[in-house]
Amino acid sequence: MRLNVNGTERQVDAPDDMPLLWVLRDVLGLTGTKFGCGMAQCGACTVHIEGQAVRSCVLPVSAVGNRMVTTIEGLSSDGSHPVQRAWAEQDVVQCGYCQPGQIMSAAALLAQNPEPTDQEIDLAMAGNICRCGTYQRIREAVRSAASKRRAER
Amino acid sequence: MTMRAPRGAARGCWLFTSACLIVACSHTQGPAAAAAPTTTAASDPVVAFETVRAVLQSPRCVNCHPTGDQPTQGDDSHLHQQFVQRGPEGRGATGLACATCHGKANPPDSYGEHMPPGVSTDWRLPPPEHKMVFAGLSSRALCLQIKDRKQNGGKDMAGLLHHIADDPLTRWGWSPGYGRKPVPVPHDEFVRAFKQWADAGAPCPPARVAQH
Repeated sequence: MRLNVNGTERQVDAPDDMPLLWVLRDVLGLTGTKFGCGMAQCGACTVHIEGQAVRSCVLPVSAVGNRMVTTIEGLSSDGSHPVQRAWAEQDVVQCGYCQPGQIMSAAALLAQNPEPTDQEIDLAMAGNICRCGTYQRIREAVRSAASKRRAER
Repeated sequence: MTMRAPRGAARGCWLFTSACLIVACSHTQGPAAAAAPTTTAASDPVVAFETVRAVLQSPRCVNCHPTGDQPTQGDDSHLHQQFVQRGPEGRGATGLACATCHGKANPPDSYGEHMPPGVSTDWRLPPPEHKMVFAGLSSRALCLQIKDRKQNGGKDMAGLLHHIADDPLTRWGWSPGYGRKPVPVPHDEFVRAFKQWADAGAPCPPARVAQH
């Protein structure tokens, strides 16, 4: 089957029922997206499909069709996405395992709601678990990323 | 990690063991759905409505017709994980839409239990303007709400019938995916009871009946 991942058409040889996450990591070698729970409970596997946050661990690859998939590797080519810069500046990361999913969820939120309130940030990010408990810094980084996006417009 | 599709709730719990245990335990337990009358052959439309009520107050329907703005999940209708919310249009919070986890079809059975189910239409709750709460209502209150176009999103009886007979989201309740109990009343019996009730003028149970 063919998959559009990070702007590139890829030919993939995988069973229809293989989760998209498996395809991304094990077939295409895009290991930035993480496996956490395998049942859409933690958010570590979050990618974008047509700009919407989606949990790739519970989505059969055959369900993607010709929609565009964006992974953490494709958010920017050099880490310059406002969310990525805010994450670095706020020193959000502790162990880092959940952070690709956190960043993808934050980027999807800001694309739909450029100026979220703290409550809106919390609701949007509630499906992304951080075992290190970096939630305060995550919220601050989302605020900061929103400011960066505004400044760049 | 193998390249096969996952199977079983325990797979992947190494990172979030506690959360997985909570989910695995809570999804499979719960009280039985409200009992339905054994037949709708009776001519009394109020009796027929009891069959309708038994469907609407089953976990498959109640979970997306909850009290408040947080849906419930599982056969025991516990509050939805991740603090999921109804959102401004009934499709979840901005950035955490229902579609973040709920796809266009149930995941394959090989994925095991506790996977987010899906349906060809968007997964959704009623919007905040007409929440259509089914949870915890008496038969009379449920009946009055359903047929009130100010509360039901402007649906007439034909519109209601379409939602219960043809809407894929409703029909999902009879094909809810691996490890999940379907609505306890057959779909054709449900539709037949609804029509019987509607054709008789959609009478509601008297107030005194609402007390039990």
